[in-house]
Amino acid sequence: MANTDQSHIRNFCIIAHIDHGKSTLADRIIEMTGLLTQREMSEQVLDNMELERERGITIKAQAVRTVYKAENGEEYILNLIDTPGHVDFNYEVSRSLAACDGAILVVDAAQGIEAQTLANVYLALDHDLEVFPVINKIDLPSADPERVVNEIEDVIGLEAADAPQISAKRGINIEAVLEDIVQKIPAPSGDASAPLSALIFDSVYDSYKGVIISCRIMDGTVRKGTNIRMMATGAVEEVVEVGYFGPGRMIPCEELSAGMVGYITASIKNVSDTQVGDTVTDNDRPCAAPLPGYKKVTPMVYCGIFPADGSKYQDLRDALEKLQLNDASLFYENETSVALGFGFRCGFLGLLHLEIIEERLEREYNLDLITTAPSVVYKVYKTDGTCIDLTNPTNLPDPSEIDYMEEPVVDAEIMVTTEFVGPIMQLCEERRGQYLGMEYIEKTRAVLKYVLPLNEIIYDFFDALKSRSRGYASFDYELKGYQRSPLVKLDILVNREEVDALSFIVYEGSAYERGRKMCEKLKAEIPRQLFEIPIQAAIGSKIIARETVKALRKDVLAKCYGGDISRKKKLLEKQKEGKKRMRQIGNVEIPQKAFMAVLKLDDE
Amino acid sequence: MTNKEAEIYIHIPFCIRKCAYCDFLSFASDEGTRKRYVSALTHEIAAACTELRGKRIRSVFIGGGTPSVLETGQLASILEMLFRCADIDQKAEITLECNPGTTDREMLSALRSMGISRLSIGAQSFQDPLLKTIGRIHGSAEIRKCYDDARRAGFENISLDMIFALPGQSLKDWKEDLETAALLGPEHLSAYSLILEEGTPLFENRAFLDFPDEEEYRDMFYAAGEILDRFGLHRYEISNYARPGKECIHNVGYWTGVEYLGLGLGAASLMKNRRYRNTSSMEEYFRNSESPEKIRTVEEELDLHDRMSEFLILGLRMTEGISAEEFTSRFGRDLTEEYGRPMEKYLSLGLIKKENDRIFLSEEGIFVSNTIFADLL
Repeated sequence: MANTDQSHIRNFCIIAHIDHGKSTLADRIIEMTGLLTQREMSEQVLDNMELERERGITIKAQAVRTVYKAENGEEYILNLIDTPGHVDFNYEVSRSLAACDGAILVVDAAQGIEAQTLANVYLALDHDLEVFPVINKIDLPSADPERVVNEIEDVIGLEAADAPQISAKRGINIEAVLEDIVQKIPAPSGDASAPLSALIFDSVYDSYKGVIISCRIMDGTVRKGTNIRMMATGAVEEVVEVGYFGPGRMIPCEELSAGMVGYITASIKNVSDTQVGDTVTDNDRPCAAPLPGYKKVTPMVYCGIFPADGSKYQDLRDALEKLQLNDASLFYENETSVALGFGFRCGFLGLLHLEIIEERLEREYNLDLITTAPSVVYKVYKTDGTCIDLTNPTNLPDPSEIDYMEEPVVDAEIMVTTEFVGPIMQLCEERRGQYLGMEYIEKTRAVLKYVLPLNEIIYDFFDALKSRSRGYASFDYELKGYQRSPLVKLDILVNREEVDALSFIVYEGSAYERGRKMCEKLKAEIPRQLFEIPIQAAIGSKIIARETVKALRKDVLAKCYGGDISRKKKLLEKQKEGKKRMRQIGNVEIPQKAFMAVLKLDDE
Repeated sequence: MTNKEAEIYIHIPFCIRKCAYCDFLSFASDEGTRKRYVSALTHEIAAACTELRGKRIRSVFIGGGTPSVLETGQLASILEMLFRCADIDQKAEITLECNPGTTDREMLSALRSMGISRLSIGAQSFQDPLLKTIGRIHGSAEIRKCYDDARRAGFENISLDMIFALPGQSLKDWKEDLETAALLGPEHLSAYSLILEEGTPLFENRAFLDFPDEEEYRDMFYAAGEILDRFGLHRYEISNYARPGKECIHNVGYWTGVEYLGLGLGAASLMKNRRYRNTSSMEEYFRNSESPEKIRTVEEELDLHDRMSEFLILGLRMTEGISAEEFTSRFGRDLTEEYGRPMEKYLSLGLIKKENDRIFLSEEGIFVSNTIFADLL
């Protein structure tokens, strides 16, 4: 067993732009430190949710402990803490970083620095982490490590001349990375005899053990029997087990002390008691103050989720409840829609988070869902002086009661090669961006800085960005705050009946355009029926756009002889099945996907 | 419907050449195959007709394919076996399908004398370019000849099959076709709209073809009703027109739930509330045709609900529609109780009409009949 004194522990993470090879390098490190043979490793050990593997991103933070025998002959414990790789989970990233003492910065030898590279480096430096660069994918024909070395030195200001040049995929030069970990990343400090303070960087629910808290011990020691208290939530429980994470399994141990990374279980039933960023202390001998940086995460994006089959409402409730056990940032409450029946208004950290939950509900719980257009949280200041947080467009008060409204805005950084600066600036203008400035990283690349309204980027901004830059632009943002904006509620009427599930809040200046596109889209989605169906977009009582679904004028008038009665019936049966999957609004049948139509209004 | 009555369908899966729109079970063949087929078919007739014991056969329909590609003698041996094994009514309607270009007067005379009482001629169109587009082997001259030969041979009940909504066909073309056909003076006429079936050459080439749009299609349908009516042919089903009393007994049987036994390759049957179908593999048919059970696959067992909905969706195809009273006497249920809601809906939309006991589709209703039928399943 390796030495467990602090000088032989290294707590670190890997930061990178998406697809630059973070998970592959993690795999190689785990493999090289001998804990798993290549055969035992299913690709990318740390990303163990099926979805994570498919999407190639990390959703939940995880940790793994390995042992490395360094060139100096001594054994070191390496705690690798994996961080989520998406802007939706920025807060989780920051808590994971806070649990580390250093970070490996992986940069793609062909692509160089990207928006997330920068954002992650700054985040790591903010947490006083020692950061050393690694240049990955040197085996690619388009690799240009020298250029990338220069970029790292010029743009970030990190020494990169000695940076290991590796191929994580082919296992080239991984030893150099391991040596750098030992030599460049500082050993943890902290007093094992001081009062306990441990930082929660993840918590998951396990049906046997209850909540499993992943934490970094900053000071003190925790062992079985310790009465722990979560300082923000106030939950108190007795520790049942402590241990650390071997690859793919948990290994119990006697105690965890200052500098170590591991897990605690304490028969806790709910992850909402163990929020990421909270401090675990000893209830009998508490530390003086919680660790800095905790905040309660609040959803940024809301949407309605309804079962396609109304009788599955209870199943949907159970599934959400189960998912929430593991995801404290998932919010839901009952919602009743005239059009869609009983369902839930759900809150998410961002659109990716929404998509992930939606996919998990459909895949793991076998539910067929109808999702309404995502909405951000607006602040509605009423004439009576009160302010409400609006998460559901349907709940917008009567315009006469509204003084003004505010919408959330983000600070956005877009990195792009200079030839695409024009189109990207145009895109940002279209999306009501306020230009803050542009910096050149090198001759051919620039960072554009904008303040953008969140509701302009949650649907399809990323896709538009990629298509207008032929895939070269990268993007990062963080919530800046709220700003006052002229906003209106756009209602959709189908056959003169308002369909509540299709209402959305929109910038006044874009209302006509959006209303028109929405009507066009719905016209395309709603099949012709036995009578003419007007589709209208309205602000209040004012109709601003209209399309008409013409009445069905004919079916195929076929012959029907004895030989094809069965076949004919099957065709009719199919037609009937198709109808069943539609929602009845008044006399009109609306297909489920029409409710998602609002998501895809960009022409680009 | 009394179970004492039944119908027989006989399938002849051979053609000179397959047409561009055809997805029926039919193909070109050699003499040897035809010979073996006739022999296998007579064996099947002998074995399967025992199931018709006690039933009076009100109609026989020999369809295809092109039954007239068989030699007269072959057709005679099929009919002979049929008359021997089944109780065929003296006045039974016995139809043979034929295609222009495969008949001559001598043959038609022979068929008439064998007991074929009705001839269904696959004319499709009188415009040679259109006939060519859809891959027919004949031109308008062959249709006229076939028709004249049939009359001279003594056929007093002739039906013409016509087709509309063809690629490149204008409303004017169709009206001319209808008039030409009607002027010949047939007792019966079927006017089908083209259906693009997957896998047919016409379907594969659809992107390059110009089909009539929805409004033209409607106009074509209206034109059929108007023009044929002028010539004394009234519409009695969505696609079928006849002089009074000359409605096709066999097809009316399909739409009113009369039992039928299908014989031959791929033929379908409705017997004892069961819909089944013969194999479409010629090899298998040759091997086992004398043991009919072995070559059949059950497609549907009809429970009460199925039978009620079939009564509606098949019955409503006919202009006279259905009788609420008959529904009750057949199923012991009340039509309004079972189907009141969709009925009301379509009555209020003017797509279904009600006169005394009878319920039928309006002309608008005919156009959207599939939508209505789907609701009545």
